[in-house]
Amino acid sequence: MKNASDLSRRRLLLGGAALGAGALLTACTSNEEDEPTGAQTVAAGGNANAAPGTKVTIGFSAPAADHGWIAAITNNAKAQAASYSDVEFKTVEAGADAAAQRAALQTLIAEKPNVIVLLPHDGKELNSFGLSAMQAGIPVVNLDRAFPDAKAYRLQIKGDNYGMGVSAANYVIAQMKAKGVSAPVIGEIAGMDELELTQERSKGFSDTLAQAGFRVANRRAARFTADTGQQEAASLLQALPKMDALWNHDDDQGIGVLAAITQANRKEFFMVGGAGSKAAIEAIQADSGVLKATVTYSPSMASSAISLARLIGQNKGMSDLVELQVPKEITLASETITKENASNYLKLGF
Amino acid sequence: MTAQAAPAPVKEPEKPAEKRSWWRDDATEPLRRNLGLVAVLIALIIIGIITRPDLYSDGTWVRNNIFTILELASVIGVVTVGMTFVIIGGGIDLSVGAIIALAGVWSTTLATQDYGAGGMIFCALAVGIGVGVVNGILISYGRLVAFIATLAMLVAARGLAAQISGKQTQVSGNTFINDIAANDFLGVPLLVYILAAVVAGGWVLLNRTTFGRRTVAVGGNVEAARLAGINVKRHTLLLYALSGLCCGIAAIMLTSQANSAQAAMANLYELDAIAAAIIGGTLLSGGRGTIIGSLLGVIVFSTITNLFAINNLSTEVQNMVKGGIIVAAVLVQQVQFKSLSLFISRNKLTTSN
Repeated sequence: MKNASDLSRRRLLLGGAALGAGALLTACTSNEEDEPTGAQTVAAGGNANAAPGTKVTIGFSAPAADHGWIAAITNNAKAQAASYSDVEFKTVEAGADAAAQRAALQTLIAEKPNVIVLLPHDGKELNSFGLSAMQAGIPVVNLDRAFPDAKAYRLQIKGDNYGMGVSAANYVIAQMKAKGVSAPVIGEIAGMDELELTQERSKGFSDTLAQAGFRVANRRAARFTADTGQQEAASLLQALPKMDALWNHDDDQGIGVLAAITQANRKEFFMVGGAGSKAAIEAIQADSGVLKATVTYSPSMASSAISLARLIGQNKGMSDLVELQVPKEITLASETITKENASNYLKLGF
Repeated sequence: MTAQAAPAPVKEPEKPAEKRSWWRDDATEPLRRNLGLVAVLIALIIIGIITRPDLYSDGTWVRNNIFTILELASVIGVVTVGMTFVIIGGGIDLSVGAIIALAGVWSTTLATQDYGAGGMIFCALAVGIGVGVVNGILISYGRLVAFIATLAMLVAARGLAAQISGKQTQVSGNTFINDIAANDFLGVPLLVYILAAVVAGGWVLLNRTTFGRRTVAVGGNVEAARLAGINVKRHTLLLYALSGLCCGIAAIMLTSQANSAQAAMANLYELDAIAAAIIGGTLLSGGRGTIIGSLLGVIVFSTITNLFAINNLSTEVQNMVKGGIIVAAVLVQQVQFKSLSLFISRNKLTTSN
């Protein structure tokens, strides 16, 4: 009897499991063709440099992060490389940390690329790789995370983290002055506090606010994810029952920040985002919520990096510059996207 | 050989259980242990009132803040209930954060949203239970150490979540799912009801069912449990499946809160859940623990977070304070456990003399 009941129970469990698995499988297999997951910002270029030239092999490495911005970096780089008939693109994922990226880059060196473009996990930790590659005659294009040693790179192209804070603060100051608010309550949701880029952003923000006599009333650090953004925003909203302005460093975590604001039913303030995701730009354009602006830190820099790596490989300069060679340092400006200019930036959104 | 005189009737030794009932009773010991946590909570609230009297003078704000603290505790609270069962059963589950991420990402991608809220909820629960079952099979039938099996699952599930999501934040377009976190019933947020339901279910399961008694038995002494006729392997599998189910529920709650899912979501939830269970009185070596204690542990953590937020203090200091509380709780536990063992051995000596 016991066996029989065991058997029937087992059958029931197995049957249930099979049913569940079947339903799940149905859900999975009914998937439609994947849409492109990230922005693919391609600069076609209408200049003489766009014409096919010497064949260039570009090696590329970016961290295998699960953040939308990094995903967009890789997608943009791939798309830009694909737009050139004279570029062969070889990519290696960087793995989980700087050591894994160093190992991945060694395998890339074996492919003998003409130029290497990399977004290092940590510029300081990969500085020695940059040095050795440059000594071996392979120009290194550093994307976004600076190498401390100038000999470790041929070109450094990065966003302006301090400038993001400055742009966000300038927008807040202008709005407060327009509204005649002399002592505004300003909140800040930062990204990962242990990263230098977060500290630079916050410093740019507070320095600029201070010039207008303003200060940040409460600052919470999230982790660049929507769930942590939601949690930190929920806490910040409790700490500041009345607020005039909020700057959130990152539009991906901003999805969670906006969710917390909706859940708390708060709308007495305006919010400025960061980075320039497509969803954020669309929300600004629609002007239906508290998000009124975002300051750019665009992953389109990856497209530019590939384009410039190709020129370096072909020994060409930038057509708008008098110099015969590509410059050594390029820092992108952090622009402010508002309802008025959002349509111009939609194509850069990730 | 002469017939021996009939031996004098041996006096029945006194039943020690009756003598010790005041501290052995299942109900009083957790209460005693939890009083410490309640005291910590009261202390935190008093600190909050002292440091921000302007906020605490507003009744509406206080009410909202209580719900904010409970909402912050809700997701991790649900995970901690599952974790408490696993730890009492003598195991550990390091993969809970990754399971939440996988369940959340799966339910927001792969056309699952096309099936509506029901499809998403079913998917999250099925993925949670499924991964939990795989953990259970690896540990009980594959004889892998729980630490290793769930560590491997942590890595694999996060990898799969990143693969499925295309490394992008997947926005939930389902209004029903999003509304769960945004709405309330009779003034109480829906997430708090979900937490209460899971805690109540967990309490009943642990304290009022054979499953609960078996969990304590398996965690206390595997060999004794096996000799007592408990199918230890199957029970272990069920414990991990239960933990997976809690993760599935948590995934829906978190997706609802953040209106999205991401492979990096619920980062380090495993440590928060283990810490909350431990400071709630659950013995890391298994065999003892309470659901109410774990809940109080979670609420203490979310109250600290809230206290730091309203005073604009940094997350780093908050983490240091949390670390200190965990160490203190374990030390207190050890002292209590040692004095308990000493008390038992003394009693044994007394009764055998």
